[in-house]
Amino acid sequence: MKTLFPLTITKITWRAPLALAVLCLLSAVTAIAQDGTERVSALDTLIVWIPFILEGFGLNLLMSILAMAIATVAGVVLGFMQISPIAAIRLPAKLFTHLFRNSPWLVILFAIMLLVPFQITLPGGDKVLIPDWIKATIGFSLPVMANVAEILRGAVMSIPSGQWESAESLAFSRYQTLRYIILPQCIRRMLPPWMNWYALLTLMTPMAAILGVGDALGHTQAAMEAAGAKPEFLIPFYLFLMTIFFVFIYPISIYTRRLERRFAAGS
Amino acid sequence: MSRSAAPQTDWTPDQPIIALKDVRKSFGHLEVLKGIDLHVMKGEVICIIGPSGSGKSTLIRTINGLTPVTAGSVKVEGQEVHDDKLDKLALRRKIGIVFQQYNLFPHRTVLQNVMMAPVLVLHENKREVEERARSLLAKVQLSGKEDAYPAQLSGGQQQRVAIARSLCMRPDVMLFDEVTAALDPEMVKEVLVTIKELAAEGMTCVLVTHEMGFAREVCDRVYFTDAGLIVESGPPKQVFGDPQDARTKEFLSKVL
Repeated sequence: MKTLFPLTITKITWRAPLALAVLCLLSAVTAIAQDGTERVSALDTLIVWIPFILEGFGLNLLMSILAMAIATVAGVVLGFMQISPIAAIRLPAKLFTHLFRNSPWLVILFAIMLLVPFQITLPGGDKVLIPDWIKATIGFSLPVMANVAEILRGAVMSIPSGQWESAESLAFSRYQTLRYIILPQCIRRMLPPWMNWYALLTLMTPMAAILGVGDALGHTQAAMEAAGAKPEFLIPFYLFLMTIFFVFIYPISIYTRRLERRFAAGS
Repeated sequence: MSRSAAPQTDWTPDQPIIALKDVRKSFGHLEVLKGIDLHVMKGEVICIIGPSGSGKSTLIRTINGLTPVTAGSVKVEGQEVHDDKLDKLALRRKIGIVFQQYNLFPHRTVLQNVMMAPVLVLHENKREVEERARSLLAKVQLSGKEDAYPAQLSGGQQQRVAIARSLCMRPDVMLFDEVTAALDPEMVKEVLVTIKELAAEGMTCVLVTHEMGFAREVCDRVYFTDAGLIVESGPPKQVFGDPQDARTKEFLSKVL
């Protein structure tokens, strides 16, 4: 039973995106059938543009990884600030967290796009351009940061008070207690929700296309435009786009669920 | 051995190492300690007994400052514990405490649990600490379990690791807060044997306990608490053999 279960999961993992890919192909074929053969088929057009779309998808991955890194570091700091015994640290951190947790992502994205200057001047006098995708990355990292902060806070709160007491009794300082006793125990609890937020973040990255970033969505639209903007492109191109995201995200969510189950069973 | 962090006091070893004077503690409107006087001499083994809810655990936790007092004075080696200016960490290096629920660090091995505080807090040489930790684990009959994680041990074994962990800080005083209350009967004995050995070596020990047999046999003096007050105290022979207060008599007639 114990060995059979994960096997079933693995099958589902690979069957589902495969099914979607087949669906995508079928719809493309249907499009060809409807159009006849005198014109270049939508599927052929798609195949020509796939490298270009995947190149855009690379930017989605880059943005998601960078944004997650920023969000994790900033979120952990913010989370610790939230549990500080000093009100002057705790309260601004709480305000900051709640502000970004409860704002629409697109609004944050627009605000960052307009607030962050398009170039900055370094102390030496050199001017550095800040590309739009960097700004978008910052915009994505803020709401995730706030949620990582909440995950951390929740995880710290879930550690039994006896751990604090015994660390305190062994003369650990507050910092040492957090660093060596509390945080290591939190990481295990934080991993599944953290991965969930990564998946969600990745799915949000095409919003950058609205602001003119050449990500997978931007490239897909540009490709359809360049190929003549025919209506029959829509289904195969967008299905392909959905498929690549699905193929990337679905294993992550399966793995997340498996981790959650394992942790639930372990504790 | 000198302890650099401790401020100078005029305390000398012939004075009580722990001295509580009129200690009061309230949680909101609930007064848990209603004026406790208690003293412990160096090398003494003291048992605090009494019915559940009489404030025994709160009492022992005021000694290392885990529970702040509402009024009164708690002095350890002549130093006021509940003084905001006091370096609490310096105090806690001198006092080890073992809890009912063991509170081992679940993400660290047995050996790491014992070694962590001396290495990280006292910045002692890792090799020396490891040597000491291994010999302490041998002393509590846990040789061979160094690399096990707490979850792989029985309750009695975990509690003995907790004792070794406290001892590795080389405290002057050990506090035991109902350390056998969560254990299965067959494991109680192995923990009590460990404490008995410690007491025989001259460690100053304060125990909150329900083990009357142990209190009678090992303790130098017994304090009987009821409803936040010390009702009776004295050598175990006197308190158990010829209790003076009606509440002590009633309690002992129930538990013995």
